[in-house]
Amino acid sequence: MSREAQRTLWGYLFVFPWLLGFMLFTFYPILATLYLSFCDYRVLSPPRWVGLDNYRSLLADPDYFWRSMVNTLFIMIEVPLSVVLGIGLALLLNLRLRGQALYRTLFYLPSMVPAVATAFLWLWVLNPQNGLASPLNSALVRIGLEPINWFTDPATAKWGFIVMDLWAIGGVMIIYLAALQGVPAHLYEAALLDGAKAWQLIRHITLPQISPVILYMVIIGVIGTFQYFTQTFIATQGGPENSTLFYALYLFQNAFQFFRMGHACAMAWILFLITLLATWLIWRVSLRRVFYETADI
Amino acid sequence: MQGKRWLWARICAAHLVLGLLALLFMLPILWMASTSLKPDQELFTERIVWIPSHIAWENYPKALSAFPFWLYLRNTLLIAGFTVVGTLLSCLPPAYAFARMRWRGRNFWFWVMLSTLMLPPQVTLLPIFLLFRWLGWVDTFLPLIVPAFFGNAFLIFMLRQFFLTLPQELIDAAYLDGCTDWTILWRIVVPLSKPALATVALFSFVWAWTDFMSPLIYLNDASKFTLAVGLQYFLGRHGEQWNLLMAAAMVVTAPLVLVFLIAQRAFIRGIALTGLKG
Repeated sequence: MSREAQRTLWGYLFVFPWLLGFMLFTFYPILATLYLSFCDYRVLSPPRWVGLDNYRSLLADPDYFWRSMVNTLFIMIEVPLSVVLGIGLALLLNLRLRGQALYRTLFYLPSMVPAVATAFLWLWVLNPQNGLASPLNSALVRIGLEPINWFTDPATAKWGFIVMDLWAIGGVMIIYLAALQGVPAHLYEAALLDGAKAWQLIRHITLPQISPVILYMVIIGVIGTFQYFTQTFIATQGGPENSTLFYALYLFQNAFQFFRMGHACAMAWILFLITLLATWLIWRVSLRRVFYETADI
Repeated sequence: MQGKRWLWARICAAHLVLGLLALLFMLPILWMASTSLKPDQELFTERIVWIPSHIAWENYPKALSAFPFWLYLRNTLLIAGFTVVGTLLSCLPPAYAFARMRWRGRNFWFWVMLSTLMLPPQVTLLPIFLLFRWLGWVDTFLPLIVPAFFGNAFLIFMLRQFFLTLPQELIDAAYLDGCTDWTILWRIVVPLSKPALATVALFSFVWAWTDFMSPLIYLNDASKFTLAVGLQYFLGRHGEQWNLLMAAAMVVTAPLVLVFLIAQRAFIRGIALTGLKG
């Protein structure tokens, strides 16, 4: 055996655990999901081929499927909000100050709370009777408005989750902070010599320099929103009036509560296509901008 | 002189903003802690009560005996322990192969691995569930443990990034001494990578501890639940006893916070290693 062939053999042997895992838990399941999405499959009897029926009935279902899609698109507003809030906090934490390690820990801590406990916590904090939200509510009542029943009112339930998620922004913030610390200092020094103001530094040096990270976080954020599950499953189960029936929750219900595996698989494949499309689209749109601005300096 | 005073004013302003924001972020956690120590009759009051008239420490033992806490802790630790071991063993060789070995197909498989990072778990969830059901593994810990022995794309990527920072001369010297890749990995690379391995162990532990969907799907028998799923059943049964609920949530959260405080450096390093590359 030639050296080249020997090397390649060793390479494959080293990646074998991952490669086998990829075949078993990624590659085969994607294809199996595709096959099952064309079947009527209720677990107890073998799958029966029905062609595009699952897709047709999903796409013709405004009450659940489209509702879950629209709800998910609504909380997509978190993505831009978390970009702004995440970078804002990271910029503050990147200032040269005493005690930054403490601040960093405090901002990061909420994202360490397990999702189940986070859901508990916010159900209680936003509890209209005696949550932390009750001063807000009594103020609203005093000026003659209705109190907000966050998770029991269809108009505000989604906002409850948005607040909950932005509170746990620590993980996102830390990544922006790492990116900020990777911006070469000499760029700032040069600009400062030219008399640039703080916001000019941010606009023309910081943001372009970290734009690849922002792009990455936006893609991850959009895909992540479609996977939003644990908090809704615990806090609202999709209610009130399906106002928090998000995509991943409805997919889960189809699979494990209604045992409509075919429908669930069709939803999974639609999600797969959305993921591919969103990644490609955001990447295409930003490609020019990301590189244009970096080249601009 | 004026410049210095201006600088002081700016430092104070920055501390003020950061301090207020940090307080805002901490309020819910403080509220959780405060509620967990309140006697029943102070749960629903007219005004916000931060410090209860009587610190009800008894809420904690009461909460822990209201659901099989120790059993769920044991289950969680068992699953998390195997997950950490499996993840470490199965991520090291692939990470080394992607970082330090030259072989045909390396770049192709590396890109395949990176693209799986984007894949929503829902896309693969159902066939994996059916596979485990076919194997008769539903309602055992196996579906939660076994996949950890097949590598984790994110952690392999993180380890690879770390391996790339090791000095090439060390590895070259070992080659000249006649070492194979396998011995270089275990005798030279692993001892030099302790901080990165700690990060991998930490991430996999935290994920196993907090994972909700997989135990929810695979564990049916209440005696097999993990803490995350057990906590949810607690909510169903003691829905109005918010002090006990908050005490239970505190107990499930505390180990994670503790681990984070102890190993903060390892966390931040891991994020810096992967986050920067975008």
